[in-house]
Amino acid sequence: MSKISRRKLITTGLAATAGASGLAVAAKLGERYGLMPPDSGGLYGAGETLTYAAQRILTRHSLAREFAASQISKEPFANEVAPLGDGFQRLQRSAFADWRLTIDGMVARPASFSLAQLKSFPSSTQITLIACEEGWSYIAEWSGVPLSHILNLVGTLPQVRYVVYRSIQPDWWESIDMADALHPQTLVTHGMNGGELPVPFGGPLRMRVPRQLGYKNVKYITRLTLTDSLKHFGKGLGSASPEGGYAWYAGI
Amino acid sequence: MGFRPWSEIVGQTAGTAREMPDGPPVSSSVSLPVHNGRAMGTFSQMTDSVAGGTSASAVPATILRPRHSVLVRVTHWLITLSFLALLVSGVEILISHPRFYWGETGNVNTHPLFTLPIPSSRNTVATGYGYVLPDQNGWSRYLHFESAWVAVLTGLFYLAFGFCKGHFRRNLLPARSDLSPKPLAISIGRHLRFKRPSEEEAWSYNALQRLTYLLVIFVLFPLVIWTGLAMSPAVESAIPAAVIALGGRQSARTIHFFVSGFLLLFLFVHVLMVCLAGFRNRVRAMITGRPPQLRSEYEQDLSA
Repeated sequence: MSKISRRKLITTGLAATAGASGLAVAAKLGERYGLMPPDSGGLYGAGETLTYAAQRILTRHSLAREFAASQISKEPFANEVAPLGDGFQRLQRSAFADWRLTIDGMVARPASFSLAQLKSFPSSTQITLIACEEGWSYIAEWSGVPLSHILNLVGTLPQVRYVVYRSIQPDWWESIDMADALHPQTLVTHGMNGGELPVPFGGPLRMRVPRQLGYKNVKYITRLTLTDSLKHFGKGLGSASPEGGYAWYAGI
Repeated sequence: MGFRPWSEIVGQTAGTAREMPDGPPVSSSVSLPVHNGRAMGTFSQMTDSVAGGTSASAVPATILRPRHSVLVRVTHWLITLSFLALLVSGVEILISHPRFYWGETGNVNTHPLFTLPIPSSRNTVATGYGYVLPDQNGWSRYLHFESAWVAVLTGLFYLAFGFCKGHFRRNLLPARSDLSPKPLAISIGRHLRFKRPSEEEAWSYNALQRLTYLLVIFVLFPLVIWTGLAMSPAVESAIPAAVIALGGRQSARTIHFFVSGFLLLFLFVHVLMVCLAGFRNRVRAMITGRPPQLRSEYEQDLSA
């Protein structure tokens, strides 16, 4: 057997130390500049971190493609959701007149807006594609209030880094970073293809994040929480998706 | 029996080379041959000693480097690992929607280009099977993208060093004379008849191999990466032309599927050819860099 030479041992030791400290510095820098996703740990954390960091460096301000009216899908597909509960059906009977969107957390002026109030806010319309992680897609015209407008109304505290949003459906919640939350195409959507947003497509209120896959576009949203850390939400992985085995960042 | 790295063996004298763990048995009384006044420890010398003093004429005496460079060996196995992971996870993702479309959009309400006759992991897809497979998309997607990073970074590293070191020019670019129809036809005929490669071919790639590897490296892999990236909504927002040029997101997905199929076909043929050429030898050459054991030498050695 060959003996391990002293030089080899020292070189290997130095390389390992340099590599480990390099990774530690990279992680610190990543944390500092918001390049670490909340599900950056574990077996797949390295891949997720690379993806999220690369997208934040390269595509922070890019706009999702907008399509012509002629390209709107004639047969959009509304994915299945768990059976809607009594609370939802009660609100549905009164045409969602009592549906409210509560905004809390790190805000200067916590607020709760009715559907009518939200519809009175400046509205934005976009014809964008929604793609499911399964592979299918459709194009629709979406109308709603830019999330950034709502965040301005309530006054975001400077340390805020994420917006957590919840569905009226139990255990259905997601979060996005401020790059997506303040993005002009991120809409609190209440209209689709010129009409009300149909219930199967998330009506009365759906979060629309066109630069991420379908599952970040939570249906039936009732609450936004602004926070500087996702550690204390659920299992601390960022949203319900990683808890169910799916990536937190779905921009890929 | 453990393998020692080829470089380690090359660096040793012919005397110690006798201890080469899995070479043919060499009598300890074999004297150290000195050919053409070469210094000890060169490749040709060691081959001589291993081969029990046979002529080195079957081996180009100028070859002093391993059969495959470290770059090729390391990147080969990294790509192998990541490709297998991409394949398994890709199939898992695929079965959540085994329908394909052309253009920007497509879903269960629209007419598909074609449907794979397999069961699905979603009950929203009508497959004709009476059951729904378990959802494996979570870990499959995590693994798919992590492996894609390994494959892409390895590929970039391979390309950069391959160009700098002349790997593509030297090892993969076919000679002009090999590209005329006749030698190509002969080579194709030999492959179709599953002929064992000749011994000289163990030392470099034949024209058909070169063309295939170039196709895989410079056409299929770039295409599968491009079509994969075209399915990323964030990438699409940054580089819409990458999706438009393919005809839309669903076209990208369909092309991704077919290119993956071609890569899988390549994998099958590649492994089949490795088996045909001598699995142990070729795999060892790709791990340790040690060149394939030449059959005639081995036989001569056994009969000696």
